[in-house]
Amino acid sequence: MFSFKSQFNIKTFNSKTLNFKTKVLVTMVSAALALVSCAQVAEQSASQSTSSSAKKDTSAIGQLPVIQAVLTHAPNVPPPITRNYAAKVVINVETQEKVMRMADGVDYMFWTFGGQVPGQFMRVREGDEVEFNLSNSPDSKMPHNIDLHAVTGAGGGAASSFTAPGHTSTFSFKTLNPGLYVYHCATAPVGMHIGNGMYGLILVEPKAGLSKVDREYYVMQGDFYTKGKYGEAGLQPFDMEKAIKEQPDYVVFNGSVGALNGEKAITAKVGETVRLFVGNGGPNMVSSFHVIGEIFDKVYVEGGKLENHNVQTTLVPAGGAAITEFKVDVPGTFIMVDHSIFRAFNKGALGMLKVTGPEDKIIYSGKQADKVYLPEGSATQSIANPTAAVVKTLTKDEQIAQGKNVFENNCLACHQSNGEGIPNAFPPLAKSDFLNADHDRAIGILLHGRSGPITVNGKNFDSVMPAIALNNEQIANVLTYVLNSFGNNGGQVTPAQVDKQRKVAPANSDNHG
Amino acid sequence: MLRYCLALMMFIPPSTWGQDSMANHGMANITAGEYRPLYLSFDSPLVSVAPFKLDKQPITNREFQQFVVKNPKWQRDAVPSLFAENAYLNHWEKSANQYQPSATDLEKPVIYVSWYAAQAYCQAQQKRLPTVAEWEYVAQASFTQKDGSQEKDYNQNILDWYAKAAKQQPAEVGKDEANYWGVHNMHGLIWEWTEDFNSNLISGESRDDSSVNKDLYCASGSAGAVNPSDYAAFMRYGFRSSLNAKFTLSSLGFRCAADGND
Repeated sequence: MFSFKSQFNIKTFNSKTLNFKTKVLVTMVSAALALVSCAQVAEQSASQSTSSSAKKDTSAIGQLPVIQAVLTHAPNVPPPITRNYAAKVVINVETQEKVMRMADGVDYMFWTFGGQVPGQFMRVREGDEVEFNLSNSPDSKMPHNIDLHAVTGAGGGAASSFTAPGHTSTFSFKTLNPGLYVYHCATAPVGMHIGNGMYGLILVEPKAGLSKVDREYYVMQGDFYTKGKYGEAGLQPFDMEKAIKEQPDYVVFNGSVGALNGEKAITAKVGETVRLFVGNGGPNMVSSFHVIGEIFDKVYVEGGKLENHNVQTTLVPAGGAAITEFKVDVPGTFIMVDHSIFRAFNKGALGMLKVTGPEDKIIYSGKQADKVYLPEGSATQSIANPTAAVVKTLTKDEQIAQGKNVFENNCLACHQSNGEGIPNAFPPLAKSDFLNADHDRAIGILLHGRSGPITVNGKNFDSVMPAIALNNEQIANVLTYVLNSFGNNGGQVTPAQVDKQRKVAPANSDNHG
Repeated sequence: MLRYCLALMMFIPPSTWGQDSMANHGMANITAGEYRPLYLSFDSPLVSVAPFKLDKQPITNREFQQFVVKNPKWQRDAVPSLFAENAYLNHWEKSANQYQPSATDLEKPVIYVSWYAAQAYCQAQQKRLPTVAEWEYVAQASFTQKDGSQEKDYNQNILDWYAKAAKQQPAEVGKDEANYWGVHNMHGLIWEWTEDFNSNLISGESRDDSSVNKDLYCASGSAGAVNPSDYAAFMRYGFRSSLNAKFTLSSLGFRCAADGND
């Protein structure tokens, strides 16, 4: 996906001839082409050719060359800026109101910049003059505008870009301060426009550019307030009361639960340096951004000039950002979370970075045999009182699809993405004799938790699993998913079966220790 | 007042009068009252609303077509761009050299109309557009009370409509339950023009970038507003302030008002 890394060795050019500029442009075009799925390629190429001529035409009267901005949807980032001169950068964005997936089975009317949450990533250079054209789709019900925190001027562009449905507003600004900035809609009621997903990031690169890295990604957190609880199926309307109380049902990266999970995970290879442009749209929650199993070698604190090093967790304020950089030394799946940790495992604030390549047992050994020590003893935790959501009856395939999401959000951290678990600590769900032998027992474990010695596939385990706060449908779906994955024997668990077990006392702790 | 209205009606040709009254479902009498606009603080004076009449339903495509036939200068291809944007009556189709609504849209509210067109329509009926105060006064009624805005779910029900996109044409008028005044479709169908839509105190920047809106928004919040949780009303005020009089939008129609009660 991000294959342009080798194409940016052009800082060694030292002449500023037109010939040089042409090379820069060619490089930029090829970089843009490398961004597969980037719809702006044609537009970009076209505007490049016009900008070349524009430059020639206007250099005599001292005007800036005109460049059409490359915009990308998360998690992609436009290519680094390689020019060493200021330009007039044209950014065209359309606000759209559209129903999209919030989680499996859950839809939401998002208000967006460019049709996705977060809005498109914009990349300009310090000293550029930006012409901003904000169009509001004729299908919109609401007026919208944009406040870019990169703008120096009252309202950040909000009043100048206030746009009724079916109209376009234009305003211009100069990028005085380098940094990573949030932009958002600021139309009344501001909280609702942000709460429905109207935010994104704009990077103003310093004149000297950012250091070269191998991978760049765009991750933006946001909190959502729905009438139904987390996971409740159907089209969920915005819940004003919860928003005012700051009690989100969803806290997610890149606009939906699982937007960076499984096949949509961001990737890197061992030895590469990864740069994450992290934003937080809010509207309410402050993020404690953390990548499990990694230490940020460098953080540009709050997206500004201040560098911090060797950071475990960095705060990303609502309406703020941070740039994190780290070299990935060992392979594995690295989980990105808001370390306000219930958000990660119960509200969706969880994404994945998959790193492939050779292992290095010195840096990380993997699990070595040892005896489990669990000071919590047999304590089990029940997180909430799950209530049955009103959902339609799902087919087995739909159950498996939704169960996969439940698995990734609740089970994967211990039982691992391949279901193999961790030797001596977390039993395998893959080809599990213990699981396949008794579905009702498995339901009971999810409902009530489990502690004490058990034997799975000939190996002994003696550990604790807390009760998981899932409703009947979620338990039925996740078990159906697991039974039909990881080499298990198949089968199906229905919500009715779960409900039946819910009414049974936690009796099946036959080896309760 | 009653006599005055009757006198006016006598000047309208009987055929026209009969046609209009068939299509029009009449006006509701709205008695005088007071209400506290969104943008004033708790101790600010109430705004009085004098007795007036308001159309029970938004103007339909059928009604607006009758108006256009009688007033050809308001035809889609005749209206000056000063008074309506290109999208004016965008949803009407051309047949027999004239733009007209499709048969299935006749009882749907007319949309894609500018303020000028709406005002001209109302004047042709010896009426006018309602003021923001009048419109909001009627809109705060629930099914059973003059002021139902504190009732459970009142705001959420309105917000639920705001959360739906305007991709499809609105449904037919008058299909919902009438409110306390016997008026339909104040919420949940379309936005509506008001006579003084652009005179409220919200600027394009909804927070605080100019001196005129200091009372309304303080430091990006809304601490000065009567009911900061009344997001539905915020959205109406916000929507109105994004308009110019020549704008024609896919979810914006109107209804007419007149002074006094019958």
